[in-house]
Amino acid sequence: MIAAQPLFQWSYVSGQWGEISSDLLQHIALSLIALAIGLVIAVPLGVAAWRFRVLRTPVVGVASALYIIPSLALFAILGPLTGYVASYPTAEIALVGYTLLILIWNTMAGLDAVPPDAREAATAMGYATARRLVRVDLPLALPYVFAGLRVAAATVIGLVTVTALIGLGGLGRQITYGFNIGYYTPIIVGLVLSVALAALCDLLLVGVQRVVVPWTRAPRRGGPG
Amino acid sequence: MAVWDHFRHFVASVAAWLTTSAHWSGASGIPELFWRQAELSVAVVAGAVLVGGAVGLALGHRGRGGLVAVNAANAARAVPSLALLTLFAIVPWISLRGGGFYAAFLALWVLAVPPILTNTYVGVREVDADVRDAARAMGLTGGEVLRSVELPLAAPFVMAGIRTAAIEVVATSTLAAYVSYADLGTPVISGLNTNDTVEAFAGALLVALLAAVVALGLGVVQRLVTPEPLRVGRRPASGIVGLAGGADG
Repeated sequence: MIAAQPLFQWSYVSGQWGEISSDLLQHIALSLIALAIGLVIAVPLGVAAWRFRVLRTPVVGVASALYIIPSLALFAILGPLTGYVASYPTAEIALVGYTLLILIWNTMAGLDAVPPDAREAATAMGYATARRLVRVDLPLALPYVFAGLRVAAATVIGLVTVTALIGLGGLGRQITYGFNIGYYTPIIVGLVLSVALAALCDLLLVGVQRVVVPWTRAPRRGGPG
Repeated sequence: MAVWDHFRHFVASVAAWLTTSAHWSGASGIPELFWRQAELSVAVVAGAVLVGGAVGLALGHRGRGGLVAVNAANAARAVPSLALLTLFAIVPWISLRGGGFYAAFLALWVLAVPPILTNTYVGVREVDADVRDAARAMGLTGGEVLRSVELPLAAPFVMAGIRTAAIEVVATSTLAAYVSYADLGTPVISGLNTNDTVEAFAGALLVALLAAVVALGLGVVQRLVTPEPLRVGRRPASGIVGLAGGADG
């Protein structure tokens, strides 16, 4: 079978569409949950670390450590801690970990880039520091947050496939299935759908950004330097 | 109390695993597994520097066609490496030849080229046009400008690209164990497969340690290749392609 098989067989896609679509849905769910939680944690942390410099080293340090540890190793390290190796919490904690550094860094970079004029005008209009941070600085930093979100989304969507090795996987299940039986088609299905999902998500984020932050175009993608 | 005992027992088991002498010798001993991972990673990064660096330099020097290459490179990084690893591992003419080395090499190489190519290209393009014109006016040929002006000034960017690539490669080479390339990922994969949380955890600690050493060590190198006047607090380049692609392993 291996020697003669074509690179791609549509019959597999039509025959196994039920499996494929449920893997796709799991992939979307795992990615969305990680991105949402990452955003909820990272933006306030980024604002806090930007405002209070003492927080910067510990916040960026922990986020960097989570980012540097290879995902497979992080799953194995978190497994005994969360109690269930093959579970959503293990996968999600690790996936969220990968979003934090990018989002925190971009939040801080965005706040750095707020024009001093805008800040001074807000202060002159009577905004107290905390209120100004939320009502003026943060909205002006949004293009950077969106740039970070786009990078984080691409990273997470790619990494979800690795969770196949701890019994989840989304589209990664197609990949490991194809590998286990020596069949190209499922691997290519997993690869193509994962790349398509990342591209679609990127387009969506650009669209949302146009609506939410209409006054400025996105900066070049930033990351920790 | 039970939780605490369980925790203590687990830590003791991991320590016992790591100090068992049988795990430190022979073909599947930790030193050999480490060496295999280093061998693969160095080979991949060298191969990626050769191709990505050359293409990035050439495009940056000519100043044309670069954006297409950069976009293509960025698109390539969206491909999940697990898919490439497994695909190459079942292609008959690659399969598991060399104990999985060739499949792993190719998959990781695809991952390593984009950051190096992109950063090299950007680094050369960032060279001040006045500097380039001055070098020309001094009578340097195109090749000499490339060698003695553009390359040194782009070096911090190139190094940032190599660092990003190396971190990704070391991380992802752990996954190569899944397609039977024996390295430090092997105890992690086999531990996960057999529900041996101690073995998986111990292996994961070694992998994390290696990744941290590589990231910190290359950070130092990156500072050293930065020409001294540019060093003060300016951390170049990695912001441009930054973390995109990530530690995919």
